Amino acid sequence: MAISPKEQTALYTTMQTIRLFEERLVKEFLENKISGFVHSYIGEEAIAAGVLAHFKKTDRIVSHHRGHGHCIAKGADMKRMMAEIYGRKTGYCKGKGGSMHIADFSIGMLGADGIVGAGLPISLGAALSAQLDGQNKIAAVFFGDGACQEGEFHEALNLASIWKLPLLFVCENNQYGVNTSYRYSLGAQEITRMPEAYHIQNKSVDGNDVEVVYEAAARAVEYLRNGQGPYFLECFTYRWHKHYLSNSLPDLRPQEELEEWKKKCPVTAYENKLRQAGVLTQTRIDAIKTRILEHVEEAVRFALDSPLPAPQDALEDVFSK
Amino acid sequence: MREINCEQAGLEAIQEEFRRNSKTVHMSTDMPLELLQEFGPDRIRMTPIAENSFCGAAIGLAGSGYRTVVNLRMATFSFVAMDQIFNHAAKITYMFGGQAKFPILYRMTIGAGIGGAAEHSISPYPMYMNVPGLKIILPSNAYDLKGLLKTALRENNPVVSFEHALLGGVQYPVPEEEYLIPFGQASVIRKGKDVTLVALSKMVQEALAAADELKQEGISVEVIDPRTLVPLDKEAIFKSVRKTGRLVVVDEACQTCGAAAEIIALVTGQKTVFAALKATPARVTGLDVPIPFSPPMEKFAIPDKNKVMDAVYEVMGMKISVKKAES
Repeated sequence: MAISPKEQTALYTTMQTIRLFEERLVKEFLENKISGFVHSYIGEEAIAAGVLAHFKKTDRIVSHHRGHGHCIAKGADMKRMMAEIYGRKTGYCKGKGGSMHIADFSIGMLGADGIVGAGLPISLGAALSAQLDGQNKIAAVFFGDGACQEGEFHEALNLASIWKLPLLFVCENNQYGVNTSYRYSLGAQEITRMPEAYHIQNKSVDGNDVEVVYEAAARAVEYLRNGQGPYFLECFTYRWHKHYLSNSLPDLRPQEELEEWKKKCPVTAYENKLRQAGVLTQTRIDAIKTRILEHVEEAVRFALDSPLPAPQDALEDVFSK
Repeated sequence: MREINCEQAGLEAIQEEFRRNSKTVHMSTDMPLELLQEFGPDRIRMTPIAENSFCGAAIGLAGSGYRTVVNLRMATFSFVAMDQIFNHAAKITYMFGGQAKFPILYRMTIGAGIGGAAEHSISPYPMYMNVPGLKIILPSNAYDLKGLLKTALRENNPVVSFEHALLGGVQYPVPEEEYLIPFGQASVIRKGKDVTLVALSKMVQEALAAADELKQEGISVEVIDPRTLVPLDKEAIFKSVRKTGRLVVVDEACQTCGAAAEIIALVTGQKTVFAALKATPARVTGLDVPIPFSPPMEKFAIPDKNKVMDAVYEVMGMKISVKKAES
């Protein structure tokens, strides 16, 4: 499958945007400028970028607690994302959701859910709406190896299978639920054995190689748009930070393992590849990074310049009118 | 006027609203034949026995522009789907800052008296009242059921309908013409001046039976059916208690943290109503036990006409033992 230089540049830019956005969050968090739970997507950028490159605005996705990358790759506004993470009134959820619950229904981002596995049933409805609309629309749900241990995961595989829903299951296998390895907690060991049991087409790929993810997702999306039923894509990867950013949460994963995975950085590897292939010059790479950093800075400024919600705003939005 | 039962009334409500709006989906583990024949398998979907999956799918459909009715059958089965109903359906409008609407109707059967034992008999609406973001309807007859379900199917929020098992087959006058019943509007079923009886769901029948008998004894009872618990028509209750000065709340659900407790707290917390009280408000509720199977125990665990009458005597300052001796 030939990927054009334009597509390659777009993939790189999306990954780098996620990386620089997340790096800024780490900095802000460690300086105590933001509170609550922030789950960093650093190390896993190739998955959101490679999969969502094939998604249109009318296609819908459901994300999880580690969801900033999916928001950015689906086209969310970084300013409103940052404002939400800062708890501002101008945030996507008016400060009611925070980092774990960013949603933008206008671009088909149906929200990030903080309960592991809970996005899976919700995504069934998004996929069923796509099927009923009958315009080759599709849906995707992102989740991790931890979610594969939940009952909701199996219920979702089953329902998607029997209803032949146009749903792409994207399992971001970063190998650990907080500090517990899936090798301990998952009887199936190989995650794709589970979709296989439900007669769902599946593939396991290197989640740190954006072109590999992009190509696998292209085939999966074509399968979905042809109405052939759901597809399960396991992307093997690793998270660089702790489960959530924290000074007190221990990281009990083997540190040498973490160092090995850092050497397989999806962003740096792709940057090197595109430079060597002559797709991007160093000048162009620098220009892309500078532009992204400006956008991130602009987002932080927007958040800081935005008002905090009034205490009594807590009473609004319990119900829709 | 013709008479139909709750089962028929519920079916008509869904048929009428599904004809009005084609972006509607019905999900249940059993096959609703009439709906399937009229609206076809795309919209009328049989689900696997996996409550979390279809209760959650309804949320995704709602967020994508479809309105869904989920019939869970037994309310105890809804506990399997607590994650989707409580963590998501209830909170999602708020948590995402009101940027999307979530029109979902969850229907479930409640109540004891069917010999179903603890895992098929429960009245769990107090739990649901404690989770902000869900509207709660509690119809006590086929007329209210149809009107409230039709309103629920035009509502832009998750609604939970609690329908008593023993009311399903009861015939009730229901007009052929279309009507809707707004949420938050109690029904004053019987006017009276001595005691206000607020009764929920099937307990309306027990309250009316008690009111009939008490009338013979010269006690005038006002019977109020709130019909919806969220929103609750507090004003109708306040107005009645200001007039009668006495309140008895009758609810089949367990006593602890129940709807009856909430209603009494609202009444005693409202200064002008509190000032009008002539007696301590009383509640007649289900006992704090899981519903037992064997009929004598099951009957003992839930309120009935006699228990309601005893509570009325008490708020009237009459000696219960004397009354019992007389009867």
